[in-house]
Amino acid sequence: METILSIKPLIAVLVSICVVPLLVLSKKVNVREGWTFAAAIVKLLLVLSMLPVILKGNQIVYTLAEVVPGVAIRFRVDALGMLFACVAASLWIITSAYSIGYMRGLDEHSQTRYFVFFALALSATIGVAFSANLLTLYLFYEMLSLATYPLVTHHQDKEARTSGRKYLTYILGTSIGLVLPAMMVCYHLTGTLEFASQGFLAGACNRGLAAVLLVFFIFGFAKAGIMPFHGWLPAAMVAPTPVSALLHAVAVVKVGVFSIVRIITGVFGTELLSEFNLGVVICTIASVTIIVASLIALSQDNLKRMLAFSTIGQLSYIILGVGLLSPKGITGGMLHIAMHAFGKITLFFCAGAIFVATGKRNISEMVGIGRRMPWTMGAFFVGSLSIIGLPPTGGFLSKWYLVLGTLEANQMTFLFVLLSSSLLNAAYFMPVVYRAFFPPPEKAMFENKIQEAPLFCVGPPVITAFISVALFFYPEPFFRLASMAVRFIGGN
Amino acid sequence: MMEHYPAFIVIVPFLFAFVVSGVAWIKKELCFPLTLVGLGLSAWFSVCLLRQVATTGVLKYRMGGWETPWGIGYHVDYLNGLVVTVVTVLAFINLIATRKNVTEETPEKEGAFYSLYLLFIVGLTGILLTGDLFNLYVLLEVASLTSYALIGMGSGRAPMSSLNYLFVGTVGGCFYLLGVGYLYIMTGSLNMADVATLLPKLYNSNAIVMAFIFCMVGASIKMAFFPLHMWLPNAYGFAPTAAGSLIAPLMTKVMVYVLIRLILTVFSVDFAFVVMKMGDPMVWMSSLAIVAGAVFALSQKNLKRMFCYIIVSEIGYMMGGAWLGNNAGMTGAILHILNDAIMTLCLFLCAGSIYYRTHGLELDRLKGLFLKMPVTMACFVASALSIIGVPPTCGFFSKWYLISGGLQAGQYGFVAALLFSSLVNVVLFFRVIEISYYGDFETHHGHGSSPAVVMESPASMLVPLLIVSIGLVVVGLYTCSIVNHLIAPILMQHGF
Repeated sequence: METILSIKPLIAVLVSICVVPLLVLSKKVNVREGWTFAAAIVKLLLVLSMLPVILKGNQIVYTLAEVVPGVAIRFRVDALGMLFACVAASLWIITSAYSIGYMRGLDEHSQTRYFVFFALALSATIGVAFSANLLTLYLFYEMLSLATYPLVTHHQDKEARTSGRKYLTYILGTSIGLVLPAMMVCYHLTGTLEFASQGFLAGACNRGLAAVLLVFFIFGFAKAGIMPFHGWLPAAMVAPTPVSALLHAVAVVKVGVFSIVRIITGVFGTELLSEFNLGVVICTIASVTIIVASLIALSQDNLKRMLAFSTIGQLSYIILGVGLLSPKGITGGMLHIAMHAFGKITLFFCAGAIFVATGKRNISEMVGIGRRMPWTMGAFFVGSLSIIGLPPTGGFLSKWYLVLGTLEANQMTFLFVLLSSSLLNAAYFMPVVYRAFFPPPEKAMFENKIQEAPLFCVGPPVITAFISVALFFYPEPFFRLASMAVRFIGGN
Repeated sequence: MMEHYPAFIVIVPFLFAFVVSGVAWIKKELCFPLTLVGLGLSAWFSVCLLRQVATTGVLKYRMGGWETPWGIGYHVDYLNGLVVTVVTVLAFINLIATRKNVTEETPEKEGAFYSLYLLFIVGLTGILLTGDLFNLYVLLEVASLTSYALIGMGSGRAPMSSLNYLFVGTVGGCFYLLGVGYLYIMTGSLNMADVATLLPKLYNSNAIVMAFIFCMVGASIKMAFFPLHMWLPNAYGFAPTAAGSLIAPLMTKVMVYVLIRLILTVFSVDFAFVVMKMGDPMVWMSSLAIVAGAVFALSQKNLKRMFCYIIVSEIGYMMGGAWLGNNAGMTGAILHILNDAIMTLCLFLCAGSIYYRTHGLELDRLKGLFLKMPVTMACFVASALSIIGVPPTCGFFSKWYLISGGLQAGQYGFVAALLFSSLVNVVLFFRVIEISYYGDFETHHGHGSSPAVVMESPASMLVPLLIVSIGLVVVGLYTCSIVNHLIAPILMQHGF
């Protein structure tokens, strides 16, 4: 393994910050959207240009400034970070297209602000993916929290204000109240915050302190939506749908999960956690969230809220997989970051397309919509298959590895959790699809004049649904990145 | 020439103060440019001085060539070199930024205002540079008296609150003077370095203990250390905009410097922490100050008064850091003098800019301000993040050192207080941001384009404001160099 010095990670992070003045100064909306696309494409190309280097087993490092003795603002691109960055950067392009369709379709106000903060949020996401230490990760984590506030509260009405308050209370409250002190204690104990293949806490703390720190970190990164700190996610569904799609199915929530994965692998290290037998604690916390969230999702009528609870459950799959501390479980967890992203973003796109075309938000009002919007609902079907974990979608692969991981770790309880959650997922997704396609024409709630949403709204979900299927047949490079990350943890 | 810089920093504004008050009779338009030149020179000399000190270490200056301890000596090291630069540069930025406020709020008294402005800087820089305990008292009174006058120039309740400040401040000054008197009786010297060498033999003397306590109480009153803070919110809250944003960020910080100087140089760390055992109780008091300041700030309905209580809380940060008795804590305290001065200035400049357009700082007047004043509000958000302590703004890094110090010293109460105040600051600032982000719900609706009525402040306000807000991040990123090159050496000299 080689370490390569390159400024590319920094540029990849900054490219969407640098585009902000251009977005603000653009006089014409088409020019503005052009800049968004340019930044998104440059960002993706930069990320992809680093991919071959990473696949060869190397790492890319860039240090910006040493801010506190022993801790610098430093970027390090490794397999895990690369996997996440690929997902986020590629989905930004698709979401940009979708945003244009959605925002123009509904004639939303303050579109410039919207695109500006979207770009900032993407910078922060890539920053988290490429962070080399806990401080840098914390920096970008906070930046993301703040950049998403204007997006969540985009409508600027009373409901948005309530939700925005809830959002900040949960996210900033936990990051300042739990993560910051835990990070300071780690620094106090070891004098470093640099992620290492087997963590840096080994030998620095006893079991009790490790357990407390772990709990602080897991609940502190509340973007991961671990219960009881999940309340912000359903509330944040007041945001425009592209925001919910990219940020609350992919960027924001995955940043939370990614941070927890980093904590487990890079701060504590799997060996230390096995030695202290703390994996079970992580898995138990995750399992409770999985089951409870799925049960709540069953009773939701608002489609976006249902998707939100589904997300909360699915995020904990990832944490459960990594918490198993077995190679296959960790592989499954990391793969699920990518697979769930493509599946869930499809579902959100569909919910938004339905809203743009018909103005409907509730599942009970969507009887017979499949006949009017076949492409949208077809994509929805594929997306839900991926979330349930059925072939031929990518979701099957990650779930397969998660199940293998429970067997490898000999944890039958968690196997049972995974399987029952799959059943619950089917139970809340299939009625939607059934209602859309199968009721007789006379029960349909839509007139013939209802058409598919504009192309910019329908294209993206169809594309992401297609990718979900393609990932089943061709899970490279995500699969290779995930297994490389696992090997790195194993020490070779 | 170079060797006279310490004197120039103080004397140049002093001379300009008289010129300005004289010129005001002849041609009022000249007051501002003259002040600008005087203060600019002073700031320039401080920057040069800091650069020189950074290479040579310590610089001693004898006023009129009289040898210390008989004459007055200026003693410049990393600590006051840093603080004096901060003070003069920030005062200079504030001077430019608040010019329009001055013309608007005190139209007939510009000459008096600017000459008091300069004299205030004379006081502060003198306090910072002097190596003489009694000279410090004199300049402390110069700074205080001018600040009473500056605050009293405000309208409404300002004269009353200035009078209140005068009473309390005079009591504080007297405490300090008594302390210095005791020290003089016991040691026969007023020179800080000289007193420091004479003191170790007298550690057991009750008079020295009383001198220490009197000095500490005096400084605490002047810096508004809870519960001696009562004068501050009214005085700074009702002051004219330009005076408020000059005095609030600088005066309290300079007093924290005085306290740290007394501990480090005069009484010595051994005396303060080992003989007096003041560490623990003072850290607890500071924790209380942090919490109390935060809670009081929550109940304020006026933006500026809210800031005032935040200052009370921030004073607790610095006092706590200084009294933790370890390297990280003291580093945090000194770093926070710098950082908090910048953050507070940024906040007060934002308030000034908003006041210039809205003529009121009650929170419900701020509705929809993000649309009307986007640049000002962006700077406000930047300073808010710094006060909350979000990286990479400078506020995060001083908090980092303070928390580190708290953990090292095992002062978990102090750490908890710091985290609590961060959380309260989130509430405080996002309440303001929320009010100004959402318009009136009755007239506002979420769809369709709403025409923005931009009524941003003039560029003369915005440019300094932007410089200060960018400074928040730049200083944050350079934390490590500041600590390694300026703060670490001074702490090493004094046995940390």
